[in-house]
Amino acid sequence: MSSQPFRLATGGRIDRQRALCFRFDGQVYWGHPGDTLASALLANGVRLVGRSFKYHRPRGILAAGVEEPNALVRLGEGARAEPNTRATQVELFDGLVAESQNRWPSLAFDAGQAGDLLSALLPVGFYYKTFMRPKGWWERYERLIRQAAGMGRAPQGADPDRYAKMHAHCDVLVVGAGPAGIAAALAAGQRGARVVLADEQAELGGGLLAAASLIDGQSAGDWLALALATLRAMDQVRLLPRTTAFGYYDHNFLGLVERVSDHLAAPPAHLPRHRLWKLRARQVVLATGALERPLVFADNDRPGVMLAGAAATYATRYGVRSGKRAVLFTNNSEAYGAAIALADAGVQLTAIVDAREDVRDDWAARARERGIRLLAGQAVVAVEGRRQVAGVRAMRLGPGADQVTGLPARLECDLLMMSGGYSPTLHLYAQSGGRLVWDPLRACQLPGEARQAVHVAGAARGSLELAQALVEGTAAGAQAAAECGFAGALPEAPQAEPAPAAASLRPLWLVPLSQSSGGKRFVDLQNDVTAADLMLATREGYRAIEHVKRYTTAGLGTDQGKTGNINTLAIVAQKLSADIAGLGHTTYRPPYTPVSFAALAGQDRAPLHEPVRRTGMQGWHEERGAEFEPVGQWRRPHHYPRPGESMHEAVARECLAVRQAVGVVDASTLGKIDIQGPDSPKVLNWVYTNAWDRLPIGRCRYGLMLNEEGMVFDDGVTARLDQHHFHMTTTSGGASTVMNWLEEWLQTEWLNWRVRFTSVTEQWAVAAIAGPSSRALLKDLAENLDLSDEALPFMGVSEGRVAGLPARVFRIGYTGAQSYEINVAASHGMALWLALLAAGEKYGITPFGTEAMHVLRAEVGFIAVGHETDGTVTPDDLGLARLCKTSQDFLGRRGLARPALRAERKQLVGLLTDHPKTVLPMGGQVIDRAELRPPHPSLGHVTSSYWSAHLGRSIALALIKGGRARQGERVWVTNDGGLAPATIAPARFLAPAEAAR
Amino acid sequence: MLLLHCPYCGPRWEQEFQCRGEAHIARPEPAAEASDATWAAYLYLRSNPKGLHYERWQHTHGCRRWFNVLRSTLTHEIVAIYRPGEPKPELKR
Amino acid sequence: MSRYSAINLLRNALGGHRHWPVVWRDPAPKPRYEVVIVGGGGHGLATAYYLAKHHGIRDIAVLEKGWLGGGNTGRNTTVVRSNYLNDESGSLYELSLKLWEGLSQELNYNVMFSQRGVLNLAHTEHDVQSLRRHVFANRTQGIDAEWLSADEVRAFCPILNFSPGARFPIRGGSLQRRGGIARHDAVAWGFARAADRLGVDIIQNCEVTALKREGDRIVGLETSRGEIAAGKVGVVVAGHCGVLAAMAGFRLPIESHPLQALVSEPLKPVLHTVVMSGLVHVYVSQSDKGELVIGAGADTYNSYAQRGSLGIIEGTAHALIELFPCFSRLRMLRSWAGIVDICTDVSPIISKTPVAGLYFNCGWGTGGFKATPGSGFVFAHTIVRDEPHPVAAPFSLDRFTSGAIVPEHGAAAVAH
Repeated sequence: MSSQPFRLATGGRIDRQRALCFRFDGQVYWGHPGDTLASALLANGVRLVGRSFKYHRPRGILAAGVEEPNALVRLGEGARAEPNTRATQVELFDGLVAESQNRWPSLAFDAGQAGDLLSALLPVGFYYKTFMRPKGWWERYERLIRQAAGMGRAPQGADPDRYAKMHAHCDVLVVGAGPAGIAAALAAGQRGARVVLADEQAELGGGLLAAASLIDGQSAGDWLALALATLRAMDQVRLLPRTTAFGYYDHNFLGLVERVSDHLAAPPAHLPRHRLWKLRARQVVLATGALERPLVFADNDRPGVMLAGAAATYATRYGVRSGKRAVLFTNNSEAYGAAIALADAGVQLTAIVDAREDVRDDWAARARERGIRLLAGQAVVAVEGRRQVAGVRAMRLGPGADQVTGLPARLECDLLMMSGGYSPTLHLYAQSGGRLVWDPLRACQLPGEARQAVHVAGAARGSLELAQALVEGTAAGAQAAAECGFAGALPEAPQAEPAPAAASLRPLWLVPLSQSSGGKRFVDLQNDVTAADLMLATREGYRAIEHVKRYTTAGLGTDQGKTGNINTLAIVAQKLSADIAGLGHTTYRPPYTPVSFAALAGQDRAPLHEPVRRTGMQGWHEERGAEFEPVGQWRRPHHYPRPGESMHEAVARECLAVRQAVGVVDASTLGKIDIQGPDSPKVLNWVYTNAWDRLPIGRCRYGLMLNEEGMVFDDGVTARLDQHHFHMTTTSGGASTVMNWLEEWLQTEWLNWRVRFTSVTEQWAVAAIAGPSSRALLKDLAENLDLSDEALPFMGVSEGRVAGLPARVFRIGYTGAQSYEINVAASHGMALWLALLAAGEKYGITPFGTEAMHVLRAEVGFIAVGHETDGTVTPDDLGLARLCKTSQDFLGRRGLARPALRAERKQLVGLLTDHPKTVLPMGGQVIDRAELRPPHPSLGHVTSSYWSAHLGRSIALALIKGGRARQGERVWVTNDGGLAPATIAPARFLAPAEAAR
Repeated sequence: MLLLHCPYCGPRWEQEFQCRGEAHIARPEPAAEASDATWAAYLYLRSNPKGLHYERWQHTHGCRRWFNVLRSTLTHEIVAIYRPGEPKPELKR
Repeated sequence: MSRYSAINLLRNALGGHRHWPVVWRDPAPKPRYEVVIVGGGGHGLATAYYLAKHHGIRDIAVLEKGWLGGGNTGRNTTVVRSNYLNDESGSLYELSLKLWEGLSQELNYNVMFSQRGVLNLAHTEHDVQSLRRHVFANRTQGIDAEWLSADEVRAFCPILNFSPGARFPIRGGSLQRRGGIARHDAVAWGFARAADRLGVDIIQNCEVTALKREGDRIVGLETSRGEIAAGKVGVVVAGHCGVLAAMAGFRLPIESHPLQALVSEPLKPVLHTVVMSGLVHVYVSQSDKGELVIGAGADTYNSYAQRGSLGIIEGTAHALIELFPCFSRLRMLRSWAGIVDICTDVSPIISKTPVAGLYFNCGWGTGGFKATPGSGFVFAHTIVRDEPHPVAAPFSLDRFTSGAIVPEHGAAAVAH
């Protein structure tokens, strides 16, 4: 095992007994369980881990958590590759493979860094000011820009892993399992509330995992272990480690993503990779902590410049020193704790550079006790070293912090820790609708007025001190539980020893440049936005904070500006001499940290993307090799090709079988609604355009349904089974629309009508037989069923048995051939189908699909909703004005009377092509001349067009302006090759069979 | 993700429902006598307020019943839920 | 030095970029303007620009209650196309597309209009028929449109899902090569800068609180920055059109809904065109920065809250993965919502109103960005002449009374 030169001999929550092997950019390294990829890289002395977005500057690890802007890697390989992954959040596992990004040919020698040298030519927004000439060349420039931009590469191929979703409810959701969150969960749990405690890290505890203080007389670690054991022992408490609450939606609904097996090389078969929790909480406690801010000074992006708290975390939690010799640059006292932690871990502390004058608090005393040199009233103005910090220079900071003076002091170090103060993590709070208010004293945003049932505790409301966080957490948890009705004794808050007294921070948003050194002062490290960029933007007039953000791209990286946004806001405010509070802030948008699309999709992928509805006969169609077409959620057989047969041949064969013998089609998908009650005829009179009162029992009628604009939206045949009992059919795709339409009127307008609607689409299987032999075939199978024209005339319905199955038989059809629609219980569908095929063999029975059905119905001029109608077509347009009653109102009638519906309209006609073999394209536009010189007004379009094997020629239906009066006129139709000449004809090419009239 | 209290089923999440637009839009009767403008108003014109809105919801993936909701379009807060035919709750200003 | 060009970029670099002039002035509102445009989004700024440029009016103010381009201009998925079904829509969007083609040069501001093509996918027989109808209609209208077979779609965009297990197999697609995407913020900024150069006063943080009428005529506005008299007022406020209409005393055939969109983390180039699917219900392109820009659906309820439901985002994620299986492990970086003003026939309103001198431009629903220059162009004409521009005439309010609506429902189940 190779050595880990920066690993401390003791301390931390890693298991030194086990070694894990991993690769970064092809090089093999070792780490330990408990490491993150970042801590393991640091332990191995790897400082340079990535390149920045625009200038390709060398970058190292800045942070130890979600806020990391630099250390983005491509994790894994092949279909499991995952670009843009933060090394600070990747739990190390054996065999992990990671690769740096956005560099070519290698991380150490990146050609892209030329951008850094040319940066004077690439100021913020340079692309808005150039690349405009020659006109039409943008796409060429763009290709180069796109290549340079972007970060990681997308994986190739489909994702092999599985994802899950969980719906959950709780009384109190606690987000964040640091001191405040643990205390809140304990308090709410003790009061009896159902609690969920979620934390983004693998180990619950947050700041407690590295805290040195005593709580209730025990070490923080021991207290945490006990607290977690207490929580685990409560039945109604659920702990969710590795779970990020990423979105706070309306009515206390939150989205959380649990990374179930990202810490493993591959998820075991029984586990999903991610699980999306959709959680409704009665109360929420946000104990989301605070994020440390970087300071903004020249070359503050060099590898080895790190947030102070992160350096402390690496030392105390992971047993890693991030350097051998460190300098702390700070504007606050809390960061001294980090310096002391490093000093105690054996790192040599060269100096503390403190922007504040005259620091005389407990922290300063502790630093002095350890012999650390303190440079008060100073600021770091330069960083030496390019791929690695090699030292820094500090100068005196003027009273207004607007200039630096004196001679620079050179400080030897390979690690520069920095701390510019702390920003409460209020992303979720802001998403919940809560207001944020600027606190000038603490120089941060704090939670203001809440809009939802939410409490904030601990560092998230600016209380950085452990003892205070515990008190606030307990109070918030208890209060949240009480608001859910769980009262009881007020739980006692855990007692922590008071933190050292701290002097207040000195806001320092931008360290002035020294005359001699210059350098770029980065505000957004990932997107390479500097203070100069912000100033240029404001000079140019982009002054609204959103304009600054959008113009400079500050805060638009994958870290969403977690470390940079407040600095951006403050620097812009300073530049504009404006109040930070008055500037507002950019919107905190979900998700808090990026969430995989796969987690959001869950199991709803591939076959489960949309459910498939199956008829009773579906298995037969599949077995027979039918070609299917999706119709709504159904998959209907389009045609049944025989071996070696083309689609056109199959459809022609199926059509001829219906015209000459008998065919059978699975019509189960037709929408079916059972209507019962004395007011049923009244309903039908309203929803259909024609009259229904006098329909005799046992007879059917065809009807059109209109919306209130007067446009046809569905059609179908409805049968009267009894005085107050009807069986309505709808189109396959329109079933739910019709059901909703009926329910809407009944439930909102016809409140006291005595009628009920039941969707029975899936209760009935329907086989429709059509063709001259259909009656003979049915006769062979019918029992207790009189098929004579007297007993079962065209448009009649009877009940009896078919093939021994109870059946409802409708003598109706859609093909113009004599036909019967045989309805049986859905579970009998296959039996009926097989019986029909067996008995039909001698008649040459042929199953046919939707394509043949369309050819057959078009031959006799029957409309198909969705072909001849598109939401803009009236009954009269279709030549069906006779179906509109004149005596009574019906839905859509008044709509038809509007002026534009009485003007010249497109009307349904037939089209016969000059060349009988030319089949017009559906959707082809009809024009009035033999040459298309666009733009040319269209007369209309082809709505249905087929080859009719029976007629031996092509047929087409079309909607054409004033079409009915233009019979015999010649028109031209656009097709793929040009224009096809055709003649306007009646919209019927074949009379229906005698027995189907 | 709203939480709606279906008057027939109790509290359910938004995914089970569909909003069906503004409530209390009466069909002009007799329709034949309504002017084109009146009919257009019935078909198309909506109050679309920024604030409290009377609207219809359907528990599509539940009991399928329709009901009325008074809800703020600004905060999404639900002020009242009532059944069709029940009187419209008055706005408190 | 104030013109934007490569040479001036170089010259300014030598001066440390200290001498770039402001993009637009920050004037205090004057007591009176000849024309006031309410709404500082792309459409409003374009209207002001064309009023000044083509109609010689210089006494114009644009009032914006927040920051320029802060509404739907800065929240859309930046798709530009003109392949609509009806001749009326085709004329309007094609006029706009032609303006897009020279917009960077016209404004001297690179709006990064990238004509990388817009591909609409067909998954069913019905889709095929509907999209082919569009293709034939567009060719008749003189708008470029191609039909691609499934194999041609695959060659054009190989990362699409052509696996046998696809729930909705791809059966072909329509392609408008002249369509594409643009940089949305730049459109607002470019129009604002160009309008400002022509003397238009652009006034941010100025909310209109009332419209002032004398009889049937508009005479001015009350705003958060005082009263402003106006000869004519053009209202272009998208989701808030109902609020302004209520101030004027009428209702519109419009409802405001939240429409969400989202982006992934930035990636090296992986998707080179705009892909839309009405049936699978998603549309996606890749920005120059590398983010996948993904359009989600609208919530069914009215809202002015600029926030939507997680359920919509989940649906979009599974649609995305259905179309692009290799995007599964990528991450959503950011999601947001705009307030879209959806008109009953899914077509816009560019119209005179019952109040003389008051004009409304609204109802662009989920697809207004692509119309930005064309909308401003015809609206400016409508305001100046007090009668609709011929291309805008079919989009007048009276169509709802006559019933001569411009139905684009079928144009795309996902319209944008």
